[in-house]
Amino acid sequence: MLSSSIGYYGLILGLICSLLLTFFNLQNFRAQKILNTRILSLTFLQFLFVKISFVSLIISFVLSDFSNETVFNNSHSTKPIFYKIAGVWGNHEGSLLLWLLVLTLFTLIFLLKTKNQPLQYRILTITFQQIIIIGFFVFVIKTSNPFNYIFPIPDEGLGLNPILQDPLLAIHPPVLYLGYVGSSIIFSSALAATTLGLISKSWAIHIKKWVLASWIFLTIGILLGSIWAYYELGWGGFWFWDPVENVSLMPWLVLTTLLHCILVLQKRLILTSWVIILSISTFTLSMCGTFLVRSGILNSIHTFANDPERGLFILIFLFILIFFSIIIFFFFNKRNENNNVNFFWLSKETAILINNWFMMYFLSVVLIGTVYPIFLDVLTTNKISVGPPFYHKLIIPFLIPFLIMMGIGSRLKWIKSNLEDKAQLILALIISILIAILIVKNLDVKFLINITLISSAFYLFLITSRDFFIKKEKNNSQKIAHFGFSLLILSILVNNLFSTEIITNLKVGQQFENSNSKILFKNIIQKDEKNYKSIIGNFIIENNNGKIEEFFPELRIYNQPKIVTSEADIKTTFTTDRFMTINVVQNQEYFNIRYQSKPFMIWIWLSVILISCGGILSFLNKEYEK
Amino acid sequence: MKNKIFLFVSIFIFIIIFSVFYKGLNKINIYSPKVELNKKIPQYSSKLINSDKLVNYSEIFNYDHFILLNIWSSWCVPCREEHELLMNLSQQRNIRLIGLNYKDNVISAQKFLDELGNPFETILVDIEGVQAIEWGAFGVPESFLIFKSKVVKKYVGPLNENLINEIKLIIK
Repeated sequence: MLSSSIGYYGLILGLICSLLLTFFNLQNFRAQKILNTRILSLTFLQFLFVKISFVSLIISFVLSDFSNETVFNNSHSTKPIFYKIAGVWGNHEGSLLLWLLVLTLFTLIFLLKTKNQPLQYRILTITFQQIIIIGFFVFVIKTSNPFNYIFPIPDEGLGLNPILQDPLLAIHPPVLYLGYVGSSIIFSSALAATTLGLISKSWAIHIKKWVLASWIFLTIGILLGSIWAYYELGWGGFWFWDPVENVSLMPWLVLTTLLHCILVLQKRLILTSWVIILSISTFTLSMCGTFLVRSGILNSIHTFANDPERGLFILIFLFILIFFSIIIFFFFNKRNENNNVNFFWLSKETAILINNWFMMYFLSVVLIGTVYPIFLDVLTTNKISVGPPFYHKLIIPFLIPFLIMMGIGSRLKWIKSNLEDKAQLILALIISILIAILIVKNLDVKFLINITLISSAFYLFLITSRDFFIKKEKNNSQKIAHFGFSLLILSILVNNLFSTEIITNLKVGQQFENSNSKILFKNIIQKDEKNYKSIIGNFIIENNNGKIEEFFPELRIYNQPKIVTSEADIKTTFTTDRFMTINVVQNQEYFNIRYQSKPFMIWIWLSVILISCGGILSFLNKEYEK
Repeated sequence: MKNKIFLFVSIFIFIIIFSVFYKGLNKINIYSPKVELNKKIPQYSSKLINSDKLVNYSEIFNYDHFILLNIWSSWCVPCREEHELLMNLSQQRNIRLIGLNYKDNVISAQKFLDELGNPFETILVDIEGVQAIEWGAFGVPESFLIFKSKVVKKYVGPLNENLINEIKLIIK
């Protein structure tokens, strides 16, 4: 009871701070002296208030205080303490509070870290940031207050969706949010710099850190979600092109493009409009994602509350931000335009620009695939569902030139370049085509597309691995990230080509046999855990090379809410993952068994980690700042 | 000048996007597949409960009055609730009820009927669930109102009192 009141008043006080801050900001902006100390202390105070409010929500969850509506809806007293805490951001209200917490934290960090920047720019950025914060405060307090009371107080909560009760998923949302919210700083700062005509090399260097930070968080956040989907949802895939996944992929694509554009801006002071538009769209797309996910306008496996009022609020807020930024962009951008733009056709910036266009193409494919069903439904009342074939058909062919460009581009120099080691590049191309032919030859797949795809992936792989031995250039972060990317594409390709799957129904004691493996269903073990019952199948699988292994896939029947989840048993090695799930066939003693062998699965995760390591390295690199 | 056109065009586009999203928000977002009506019943044959004889669908469904085909199973919980209403409906004179026992075993199906009564004139047995697919069913329970070998109406999910009254009105 008490903690709910404290939390609620924390929110109100935070909002008041915002209003005061906006006032002081405007005052200080006109006066143009030194930074008003009140601004700093109010920003700090605001962060403190939101933090108090967040902590009190955590306390309500830990104490299972069911007088709080959010706790009642999403928690249960038998839940382990770890998931009681993770449940705080496993629901709509709590996750928005977390969003607000990160937003105020980042604003504070921005203020502390930009002492060398012009005062007007700092104040203006903070003002834009406060506008966003006010929007979210009003949204939380008005439509999704996490501190609503219920009376009479229920004895027991409704429980957290069991598929969310997972350690990875407990940290996935916060990490993803750090990425999303980081992009709000980029948004505000780009708008402020545009207004003041400050788009310059030093601005590029300063904002690059923020771009990198949000990019790293977003990459890791997506990775965590993907790993979770792989072992928890029991489909054996890692990316399903689900709208909610796409919504996180879109800001990532834009951020990646922005990261490269910022580099060009920093070196050559060109592509300013690109940088501004990309900065704006990163955050707009994050917000758009929030809208699509939270309003219930989408049909998706990710179940969120369907509440038109919330949707309407975010929608209006989102479009105010969009109009606002369009107007700023059109009226103030002239100042930043640089007239003597000359691109030499063979240079790093041209390569980056070309790949930017490819990235924009990928972005529009994902955007259309996600949003078009909504448009069609509204305009014609037709229902369609866009699935993986759409994305694969539109994206994969364009990956080929993209990968080759990426390989060559990193070898080019700024401004004007000539390919010094042509022989080497051609040799790499020949080798990769040969490898691709060797791989594809014995497989029953489409020949041409697979050859070109695999050879272009190998091409990038060869070139990026060769780059590690060139001592001249010290840009290790780029080398690692690009190498990681080539590894990612290769592992996905190999994984797709060589995955095998057995689906069959068995009952205890029965055996399934095909040319590759024998599956024996030995027995069933039943166990009672704290908040679920578990049924564990015991299987013995014999491969054709005589290797015998035991598998224990599990079914969990949760008591509150009553949901059955399937826990895959995954045996991971450096070369293959073997993946097994069971499911009950209704009212029969048969179990549906799914056994998959997925080569190079772990390399998909490792390569994404490698990509983010590249980012982290660049983030820590002091050399750039000079 | 060019800039201004650009500005207006982009604002215009965003207004359109806004209105589409706004309309989309107020839509009911529960997907239900279209029910194809006046469709001929599938051509298939089926075993009857407690007999090994194969009967053709045309023998069963070619009938001048209304037929309600109900897909049910003893393991299906909503079927149990629906059953009483079916018993009630079977009292009506101008309708025949035919059951399709879906992915069930005969013993528990018989037990279910012994316990709750048997509203069906005939019960078709569908152990593999193939016939349900032929009918285009989504799951159990599901009911098809059939008249002269044509599906007049389809009810996904358990029937309730309103729907039973609706059926009674149709068959009058």
